Amino acid sequence: MNKGRFGQFGGQYISETLMNELYHLEEQYEYYKNDPDFNEELDRLFREYAGRPSLLYYAKKMTEDLGGARIYLKREDLNHTGAHKINNVLGQALLAKKMGKTRLIAETGAGQHGVATATAAALFGMECEVFMGKHDTERQALNVYRMELLGARVHAVTTGTQTLKDAVNDAMREWSSRVEDTHYVLGSVMGPHPFPTIVRDFQSVISREAREQILKLEGKLPAAVVACVGGGSNAMGMFYNFIPDEGVRLIGCEAAGRGIDTPETAATIATGKLGIFHGMKSYFCQDEQGQIAPVYSISAGLDYPGIGPEHAYLYDSGRAEYVPVTDDEAVEAFEYLAKTEGIICAIESAHALAYVKKIAGSMSRDQSIIVCLSGRGDKDVAAIARYKGVDLHE
Amino acid sequence: MSKIQTAFEKGKCFIPFITAGDPSLDKTVEYVLTMAQAGADIIEIGIPFSDPTAEGAVIQEASLRALQAGFTMEGLFEAVERIREKSKVPLIFMTYINPVFHYGYDAFFEKCQSLSVDGFISPDVPFEEKEEIAGIAQKYGVDVISMVSPTSRERIRRIAEDAEGFVYVVSSMGVTGVRSEFSSNLKETVTQLKKYTEVPCAIGFGISTPEQAAQMAAIADGAIVGSAIVRIVADKKEQAGEALADYVSKMKNAVRGA
Repeated sequence: MNKGRFGQFGGQYISETLMNELYHLEEQYEYYKNDPDFNEELDRLFREYAGRPSLLYYAKKMTEDLGGARIYLKREDLNHTGAHKINNVLGQALLAKKMGKTRLIAETGAGQHGVATATAAALFGMECEVFMGKHDTERQALNVYRMELLGARVHAVTTGTQTLKDAVNDAMREWSSRVEDTHYVLGSVMGPHPFPTIVRDFQSVISREAREQILKLEGKLPAAVVACVGGGSNAMGMFYNFIPDEGVRLIGCEAAGRGIDTPETAATIATGKLGIFHGMKSYFCQDEQGQIAPVYSISAGLDYPGIGPEHAYLYDSGRAEYVPVTDDEAVEAFEYLAKTEGIICAIESAHALAYVKKIAGSMSRDQSIIVCLSGRGDKDVAAIARYKGVDLHE
Repeated sequence: MSKIQTAFEKGKCFIPFITAGDPSLDKTVEYVLTMAQAGADIIEIGIPFSDPTAEGAVIQEASLRALQAGFTMEGLFEAVERIREKSKVPLIFMTYINPVFHYGYDAFFEKCQSLSVDGFISPDVPFEEKEEIAGIAQKYGVDVISMVSPTSRERIRRIAEDAEGFVYVVSSMGVTGVRSEFSSNLKETVTQLKKYTEVPCAIGFGISTPEQAAQMAAIADGAIVGSAIVRIVADKKEQAGEALADYVSKMKNAVRGA
């Protein structure tokens, strides 16, 4: 068994053409992650450019309304570019720059990772090309224009389901045709080793801050931390520093779409099986022939048929729980947060909130829950209006 | 010596690839037999996968057509049985690892053995992950064909020393698909390979014309052609037999003369 495994999950199931590049990436990452200059530069970017540390906000009205555990929102939505994606992107872009790369490519679902990559490319003076399923370019049109404003070229991917997995396929194809000057900024804790580890490390700033913040505010650890999971990058970042704290429940909320008993779902843990795809062994939604299943969710960012290998491991080992949340529940939570706390969050993050709404009331008032508010919801306003049957004209 | 390797004893090999189930498995049976008769030395049968990340547009589309037409593993094995009633041409399955993982490695390679499918290639199982299948494939006498690419460099030695059947030399960066230019270090790659293994090597990715095939077969022990064949089937659908026979015999002649 090679390295880059989380139990049986992970690995490097990728074409020979990319293997040397993956080794090179791993070696460079291992060097720079311990390099004081690199870390200082990244810290400065986090602080001065991305706006970190992000707030840990006590949602008082929501807490009172639900009448149970004290609810805290980790406000990744307040980061520059409006989501947690910037944490990983600044890390990888800086690494790519140190490696002498001049061009960044990325896949994107909702567009948040694409926007973050286009942003970093602009900041570092690098070329940028983003692959996005054609279906997603339509439901997240604003983010497409945002990427173009930032100087990136957006490729609408017309193969397969025209969503996130197809965007990953095409980004991998592009990378295998041009590795010399190009770094593939993978956006989630997935893909071949070393990506799941690199992305998790850069995202772990979320739980590093949140753990300190909650100890300061509450004087003790939370009873649970909750995050939405597609590939699983904000959840991995939110969980990571709490993994050794055995009393803290780690809860990942998957997109159930129209329900896990329907084919229109993206809940991998609930409906998927063990498989090998996109460079990793993990759980995937697939049919009885081992073909990757078309998945569905209202959220373009969670609309992915797999889950990162470390999540698969946390699930198998029983350390983390994964629960399905439907479109309806997520939309309801999206509206609830807007009206209760005056915060319009990403529809992805609303999946996590929806589950918190279910459990908070039955928990005790001296317990607390941290929800990762992974992104802001401006990008979703038009889609939610459509979902509710409202005709919008901008 | 394995049956795959033996095929190279007779001279330079022409190795066509066809996507199984496009437009139907009945046609796959017919086209494989046609290509064998027209001079194909070894035939690669591509098992379609929903998300073929190493393929260009032509094979991606053929894979999706085959899946939409209702391709199943069971159907494929039945089709290969029919091929075997009429031909002993060496066959190789090429596919992504998930459908095989899902079918069960043991059951899959046992089936390969019973159908005399003597080789297996998977673009998403590099050297590092080879033990995923190597032991089981060996148990059933199936060669796991390794790939080397223009970026393999110092990896060539390890891959070569472990090679069986033949080594699949990827002609250029990127995905499958017809192209006009190839990596400039192909000769060097083959020279490297020959230093470390007796196993023959064939070049694939992007080859479509007899001139290109001859050029590649002059460097290596054979030439592999995928997208150009799959495109003939895409164009002519149920009526591709004659065009395939013409094409394969032209290509075989070009390779033979190299």
